Amino acid sequence: MSDTRGTNLDPWYDSYAARAAGLAASEVRALFAVASRPEVVSLAGGMPYVSALPRDLVQGALDRVLSEHGPQAMQYGSGQGLPRLREQILEVMALEGIRAGVDDLVVTTGSQHGLELITKLFIDPGDVVLAEAPTYVTALVVFKSFEADVQHVMTDEHGLVPEALRERIAELKAAGRRIKFLYTIPSFSNPSGVTIPWERRTEILQICRTEGILVLEDDPYGLLWFDAPPPHAMRSVEEDGVVFLGTFSKTLAPGFRVGWVLAPHAIREKLILANEAAILSPSSFAQYTISEYLSSADWRGQIDTFRGVYRERRDAMLAALDDYLPDLSWTTPNGGFYVWLTLPEFLDSKAMLPRAVKELVAYTPGTAFYADGSGRSRIRLSFCYPTPAFIREGIRRLSVVINGELDLLGEFGQTSPLPAVRSTTEAVFVPPTSLT
Amino acid sequence: MSLDILVLAGGISHERDISLRSGRRLADGLLAHGATVTIRDPDATLLGYIREHRPDVVWPALHGASGEDGALRGLLDFLGVPYVGASADAARLAWDKPTAKTVASRAGVPTPASITLPREAFRELGAIGILEEISDEFAGPLVVKPAQGGSSQGVTILEDRAGLPRAMVDAYTYWDVVLIEQRISGTEISIGVLDTGDGPVALPAVEIEPVHGVYSYEARYTAGETHFYTPARISDEVAARAAGHALEAHQALGLRHLSRVDFIIDGAGTPFFLEANVMPGLTETSVYPIALEAAGYDVGLAYAALASAARG
Repeated sequence: MSDTRGTNLDPWYDSYAARAAGLAASEVRALFAVASRPEVVSLAGGMPYVSALPRDLVQGALDRVLSEHGPQAMQYGSGQGLPRLREQILEVMALEGIRAGVDDLVVTTGSQHGLELITKLFIDPGDVVLAEAPTYVTALVVFKSFEADVQHVMTDEHGLVPEALRERIAELKAAGRRIKFLYTIPSFSNPSGVTIPWERRTEILQICRTEGILVLEDDPYGLLWFDAPPPHAMRSVEEDGVVFLGTFSKTLAPGFRVGWVLAPHAIREKLILANEAAILSPSSFAQYTISEYLSSADWRGQIDTFRGVYRERRDAMLAALDDYLPDLSWTTPNGGFYVWLTLPEFLDSKAMLPRAVKELVAYTPGTAFYADGSGRSRIRLSFCYPTPAFIREGIRRLSVVINGELDLLGEFGQTSPLPAVRSTTEAVFVPPTSLT
Repeated sequence: MSLDILVLAGGISHERDISLRSGRRLADGLLAHGATVTIRDPDATLLGYIREHRPDVVWPALHGASGEDGALRGLLDFLGVPYVGASADAARLAWDKPTAKTVASRAGVPTPASITLPREAFRELGAIGILEEISDEFAGPLVVKPAQGGSSQGVTILEDRAGLPRAMVDAYTYWDVVLIEQRISGTEISIGVLDTGDGPVALPAVEIEPVHGVYSYEARYTAGETHFYTPARISDEVAARAAGHALEAHQALGLRHLSRVDFIIDGAGTPFFLEANVMPGLTETSVYPIALEAAGYDVGLAYAALASAARG
């Protein structure tokens, strides 16, 4: 297999598309492999706590699918998705103020797939995607895979800052750049946990309308609020300029892999064709099962149950942060899965990860959530999966890690603010859904 | 007779992911040659499992602490179960890079000049002063690495001294003892050692040429990012010298069955010992299986022969 000309162990190395260039092994990903061990408290992954979903609710739905819709459920289906399920999705979206028609929806394999289809439809290499700073790591992966140029827009404790959006658009347009859409997670953002207030939402919509920029509203967490509901979805007041991504992954279970896209009619028609080209049709079996579940189970009550579970975990995390890391700052989410922790500006959360693994705690380094190498002194902490007691222990261990790293950096005089590093694929290709 | 082999892979070291991959490849090779193979991630149930099932041989395909530091091997000795690879004592020597360098050096194998610095030394003596001394003492580029661990994790190659404090921090993040070594420019080679019962033999040297210059984690585990040359593009005389040194290091450290010894060859043709691995990686991009193939072995058959040798 090898001769004096050498081998690189990949005969197709020179054949890959340019966009595959960054698909390399990653030391950070390798460290995450340890997170699956039971000794490790993982505050890294974004896995919903599906154990809070009573098994009999799903079992009943499955039984009815098999007894009443067996042949259809095991057959190909429509590329747009099961009509009955689309009608039920309208009821789900109504909770966030959205009114739409059943034909406006396309069911996808999780909203991640919807995100990819929209990106595929709109992005040519070099086109600009605007995104919050920070933003969802796997959205960055999708944008990168279509060779988009992600330009971040500043956020604060109330999410995306409209004035910063205005300025960034002006800069880019002055430079002759093509901006294709604004990607935003307005409610309980991943990773920051912050929510955009209603006034800002309308201002952002106004800016995008004026500038002719499509808004891609990603809403996986909007129904998982703790203290008070978030403002209505942006799509509730803007039909033509917003594409809305929804999912059952957090309100039911991610294993079904069912999400949806609500899009203006012209985009929707192309989406259906793109969906068929990619997968022929979304899973009939999963769609029938969810449809049966929505018909027969108290799904609103189940969402309440999830809210209670996650609220308790959020409270546990905030209390532990207060107790163990009182000198640091963090966001206080009113819903969703994540707290965004800010470290001293000379601490590099990615470089610190091996120490965390040694201490049996895992987190996601902040650089994963930026396309431009920012975020080195930030950490995303997930409270969705571990129990409150484990969360507390995880934060205690994290405090040991951070204090140890601070001591070390102090000893070696490494207390100057960190520069942003060049964007790396290693930072981007952290698979949050595979982290346990 | 078909051997019942327990392959241990995973663990909670920084190299868990690599170990899982090595374990699966190893199991495939053993299964293809008639062995009965069970793969387990070592956890609190492991010792009970071994007591109950009494496998013929355990193959600890574990990289990093507990797998390579001798701890698990000591327990296997205690249980009286044969295993593939170095004994607990030998693994302890090889696992600690400064110790392995000392042992190799005493056996006559050249190794780059180095200094070993436990974290406590810096605490007592002051980091800045020590780093200034080091900068004065060593000319040219340096390699800063954790004294224990593998896969290039926590390793920094320094062309100038400005990055030394940061490199120390990165290495100490992995382990509390750091090795600072003179960087020798030259040809990087690995030599596998195989002993299936007839004494150790050196496999053909594999020359490692990373596409981007540094044999980093990415270069190690991404197919295409490193060119491997077998035989290495070195003279027969240098190759023979390196092979001899690999066997000397293997024997001086008391290793058995298999090991991989890494060298860098300077411009004068001197192979310098860098480290010895008691459980070399067996992944798709690992050097040891490449060396086996280059020597004409069926890789799975060689693994089966090693397991038989361990069984005795």
